[in-house]
Amino acid sequence: MESNMQSAITVQKLTKNYEEGATGTLALRGVDLDVHPGELLMLMGPSGSGKTTLLSIMGCILTATSGSVRVAGREVVGLNEKQLPALRLEHIGFVFQGFNLFPTLTAGENVELMLDLKGVSTAKAKKRSQELLEQVGLGEKYSAFPADLSGGQKQRVAIARALAGDPGIILADEPTAALDSHTGRNVMEMMSDLAHKRQRAVVIVTHDSRVLNFADRIVRIEDGAIASNTEAEMVPAGVLSLNQPQAAIGLV
Amino acid sequence: MPPLAQRNLFHDKVRLTVTLTGIVFSVVLIVVQLGLFLGFTTATSNLIDHSGADLWITSKNVPYVEQGVAFSERKLNQVRAVPGVADAQKLIARWTQWKRHDGGQDSVQIVGINVDDTLERPWNLVQGRVEDLKSPDAVILDELYKQKLGVTAVGEVFEIGGHRARVVGFTHGIRSFTTSPYVFTTFKNAQNYTSLREDQTMFILVKVAPGASLEQVRRDLLNNVKDVEVFKTSEFSRMTTFYWMFTTGAGVAVLIAAVLGLVVGFVVVAQTIYATTVDHIREYGTLKAMGAPNSYVYKVIMKQAAIAAVMGYVLGMIVSVFVVNGSQKGGAAILMPPSMAVGMFFLTLLMCVGAALVSINKVTRIDPAMVFKG
Repeated sequence: MESNMQSAITVQKLTKNYEEGATGTLALRGVDLDVHPGELLMLMGPSGSGKTTLLSIMGCILTATSGSVRVAGREVVGLNEKQLPALRLEHIGFVFQGFNLFPTLTAGENVELMLDLKGVSTAKAKKRSQELLEQVGLGEKYSAFPADLSGGQKQRVAIARALAGDPGIILADEPTAALDSHTGRNVMEMMSDLAHKRQRAVVIVTHDSRVLNFADRIVRIEDGAIASNTEAEMVPAGVLSLNQPQAAIGLV
Repeated sequence: MPPLAQRNLFHDKVRLTVTLTGIVFSVVLIVVQLGLFLGFTTATSNLIDHSGADLWITSKNVPYVEQGVAFSERKLNQVRAVPGVADAQKLIARWTQWKRHDGGQDSVQIVGINVDDTLERPWNLVQGRVEDLKSPDAVILDELYKQKLGVTAVGEVFEIGGHRARVVGFTHGIRSFTTSPYVFTTFKNAQNYTSLREDQTMFILVKVAPGASLEQVRRDLLNNVKDVEVFKTSEFSRMTTFYWMFTTGAGVAVLIAAVLGLVVGFVVVAQTIYATTVDHIREYGTLKAMGAPNSYVYKVIMKQAAIAAVMGYVLGMIVSVFVVNGSQKGGAAILMPPSMAVGMFFLTLLMCVGAALVSINKVTRIDPAMVFKG
């Protein structure tokens, strides 16, 4: 019970069955998992193993077939279509593989959109948006459209957008898949800082073995079940800041 | 709210052009058709509405003004004897033939009036005076029909129903729905032109005395004058309009065209807004994943539709004003009173917002989990 209170996300005996054909597909079978604030957890596994399904359920985007999912201490299973978006808005920030920025809005406006959803006034949203872009090193790109940004810059705007809602949980789906190794490392340093310096619970689905050294814990999923759940070797903070000193700027 | 709706709308210029073209087409088509309907409606009852009379007395079973049947003018004295009747005048409104200088003939509608009275005088005179009709064989017609009747100037002499007719003046904008121009003349001339006997009239117009009950006078007329019908002016106007617009089907055809304009506009706008929505479906999915309620996404789509409606309306009205002004020189007037312009704005808005509902249905069914798929 005490463990639940401390967890950002608690998943117990979670199953997900996709109704397809006569039998359906069992994507998750009895998954138990805790994610804590200040922890960077990586979900790994082969394609079709169920990791994105698990991420979607933890993100209150997909509903579980059975089991329990608690987000920020609140049971998610059984919430309706109006309650789930409100929960996402309050507690969860998403970072997507394809960035999912709004191409017709500038970088600043993309971040402001999240603030608008949270009910922040236009003037305050502009100011906060500028601050968040500066925190991810894109202060001068406020008026740039996504088409004029590099892949790494786009992902940093997406991170700024996810942070705009001040969520306790960051869920990222293959955030480095579309980036070169240098940029990918840069993005991972930001994710690491979010977990370790800002005490966010960060869950990342990835296939990218190059970023594993950023993980606090690696959960391997195979055939819808957790095959392994191991503490990863901590990467010394000094190494990160020496290699990519600009990455840590502003995230404190 | 960041300007997502505006940006999505203006992002694809080709699609925006198609959307606006659809709305403009629809607005112009509806304005033209409704304006034609209004123009026709006004034209059908022009003579009645401008008569200045309170009551129209006709023979039995006269369904509309062009179908008048002659009756004895002695009834005029019986009418004048009814209490509450302030004024009563004979009127002829009947078709006959106008012979042009080139020998060709055209159908015209003779309107025979008492020039010394105030009832059914020609209005909107641009040349000549009503009193000029007192000169021998004098007629006044509308300038719209000069070419049709071969008239170039005041003073020219023609033949109507085998009798001499001299043009003494022109009116402006007195259209006839039947395309047979109204030709105003004295009652006596009209009898000659239409081969009516000297003791016959076709209508009697009644002006009720101030303070008298219109309904009571009507009842008294029906009781005291035999074999006639007595209609209130508004009633006879409605009957005539209804006959031409609905019994003949002319009005229905125009109204159907107006409805078609609305349908075409709706389909074009719905299709383009739907296509725009589908183009941005992943963005709407992202919005929902971020925690936006459906209502937020609806607002974006509705705003897009409303902006398109306003732009399309303004452009459509600019085109419509040109069309309406151009029609004033033709035989069929397209009328656009201010109330129609205002009504069109709300109709355009309704059409665009209604069309956007098709897209909203699509957005409602977006699975936010799509954001994790590739």
